Amino acid sequence: MKKFERLQGLVAPLDRANVDTDLIIPKQFLKSIKRTGFGPNLFDELRYLDEGYPGQDAASRPLNPDFVLNQPRYRDAQVLLARRNFGCGSSREHAPWALDDFGFRVVIAPSFADIFYNNSFKNGILLITLDEATVDRLFQETEASEGYRLDIDLEGQQVITPSGEAIPFEVDAFRKHCLLEGLDDIGLTLEQAGAIRDYESRHRAANPWLFRDA
Amino acid sequence: MASQTLYDKLWAQHLVTQRDDGSALIYIDRHLLHEVTSPQAFEGLRLAGRKPWRRDANLATPDHNVPTTLKERSAGNAGILDDVSRIQVETLDANCESFDIEEFRINDERQGIVHVVGPEQGATLPGMTVVCGDSHTATHGAFAALSHGIGTSEVEHVLATQCLIAQKMKNMQVRVEGKLGLGVTAKDIVLAIIGRIGTAGGTGYAIEFAGSAIRELSMEGRMTICNMAIEAGARVGLVAVDDTTIDYLKGRPYAPSAEQWPAAVEAWRDLVSDEGAHFDKVVELDAAEIEPQVTWGTSPEMVANVSAAVPDPASAGDETVTQGMTRALEYMGLSAGQKITDIRLDKVFIGSCTNSRIEDLREAAKVARGRKVADNIQLAMVVPGSGLVKRLAEAEGLDKVFIEAGFEWREPGCSMCLAMNADKLGAGERCASTSNRNFEGRQGYGGRTHLVSPAMAAAAAIEGHFVDVRSYDYDRADAMSA
Repeated sequence: MKKFERLQGLVAPLDRANVDTDLIIPKQFLKSIKRTGFGPNLFDELRYLDEGYPGQDAASRPLNPDFVLNQPRYRDAQVLLARRNFGCGSSREHAPWALDDFGFRVVIAPSFADIFYNNSFKNGILLITLDEATVDRLFQETEASEGYRLDIDLEGQQVITPSGEAIPFEVDAFRKHCLLEGLDDIGLTLEQAGAIRDYESRHRAANPWLFRDA
Repeated sequence: MASQTLYDKLWAQHLVTQRDDGSALIYIDRHLLHEVTSPQAFEGLRLAGRKPWRRDANLATPDHNVPTTLKERSAGNAGILDDVSRIQVETLDANCESFDIEEFRINDERQGIVHVVGPEQGATLPGMTVVCGDSHTATHGAFAALSHGIGTSEVEHVLATQCLIAQKMKNMQVRVEGKLGLGVTAKDIVLAIIGRIGTAGGTGYAIEFAGSAIRELSMEGRMTICNMAIEAGARVGLVAVDDTTIDYLKGRPYAPSAEQWPAAVEAWRDLVSDEGAHFDKVVELDAAEIEPQVTWGTSPEMVANVSAAVPDPASAGDETVTQGMTRALEYMGLSAGQKITDIRLDKVFIGSCTNSRIEDLREAAKVARGRKVADNIQLAMVVPGSGLVKRLAEAEGLDKVFIEAGFEWREPGCSMCLAMNADKLGAGERCASTSNRNFEGRQGYGGRTHLVSPAMAAAAAIEGHFVDVRSYDYDRADAMSA
């Protein structure tokens, strides 16, 4: 997994609550058997004026000029500012893959859906939960000043605004550790293979019907 | 020992290690796989030179991409006309073969929607942990199994380690007491719950559904409710074990053998929340007050009683909510104050992991029997949840009831719930759907979805617009006891 330590990132505001994973990456793009290449179809139905399908040349599609990510000032954004319940809906990991492929490393919102939250951290994307009032204020500041960047300090668990204000955020210790070190979950878990085997034999003895190969 | 909730018990029984940082390793008993969220996980295993930890914990079937017309299906994978879809299904077949994972392939009679197949086979059992790369894995909680959706990285993690890195959720109880009105179903209960607590109301919680109205539901009804826990934000929905659970499982192919059965049942009887167990949040609903529900917007929480009207965004009292409602009405082509029963439809879809089981089809068939689909309905389709549901429905003559009424009777799969196959809405088309999500574009680019129960969907197909099934003349008593 990609490491995340600190980022000075351009911020793009997506002013809409309950952004679901169908909106982040529509289902027709889930047919891919790869992990990459989803960036051109991030927010496909908001971003383009036509219907998207796999294998299209994105450069030839009509862009929706009203969509925030199509505005030149946000083109290189790495921090997405969003509203409550971001990432609700399906378990598709294609949603964080698409965000990552587009270039986002951080999403800031008042709340996130559980599965999306998990999936994002597993792909090196840092999700930061801040209260509604703070998010509101960041929206105003982002929209008011072109080139607005936030300094995201994971180690220190703080978001630093251009004026130097430090906004603290919570992140659980395990996820933080994995992100800072770029650790592979599976490798870490397999270090405990002995404990898993011990559990498994106790579990099998107590519930033999759960093991069909017995 | 202190009183525990059902969720507390299931968590404790599967805890392998608890880490100091609050995360834990939990053991996974059953892993269901389908073609959409698994290819990258298998690829990851292959690249790392890893093998599945335990082959008999996994069970796979293609469901999202499979065509539902007989003509295409009879050709097997070759009948999948979309190359990208076909490659995805073929990739599942190839991966299951090379990693030695049991799979019900496209034309195996046991194939179907993964959340219909697992319970039907008895591959979902009380006291299990069940995961799948699909958010509607919450369905299996109806069996008092700790079940939830996972992402593809976690699919790979479970394949490689038989475990998940997890954090304990909070406990919520949703109690539904009293008796449901005739014609009001499990789908209406869960839509009413989502309407009450919102699509983020359950975020961070495992929800246990309890109360007399839940106890009286069949396993099919309980699955419908747990299935949509995720639509309330909760990854996990649960119902405690009782005789209904145990009776459903007896004799199913993957259920415990006759020798193991008594010990299994004894263990399962404990899978209930203890008296006095602590819930962090409790929500209560009166079953008698629940009306048939119809969603009017682009989030499952945007739901109304069938007797009501489309709400006014200005009445929300929260700017973000008002904006969301306004955008939803625009997308849906509806206006505030419009009566729900005046909404006219173009298509009707009866199916999905929420409502494609035999009971759902029986209920819809009761409404359709001896009637005709309205002229303005361009397509009314019934898609059984599995090959076995289809066979049973045909043995009961339900296919004939639907076909005579003008419905199309299809082959099993996810179909127009998410429109990854050829079954989809066109832009602007309006559909009464028994599925679980009414998000923008969910059933097709620009398509407009109204979520309802199977009986409500069937009645809407017959009338061409929504009607209150409670005032509709059909054999409700029989439908309820099925």
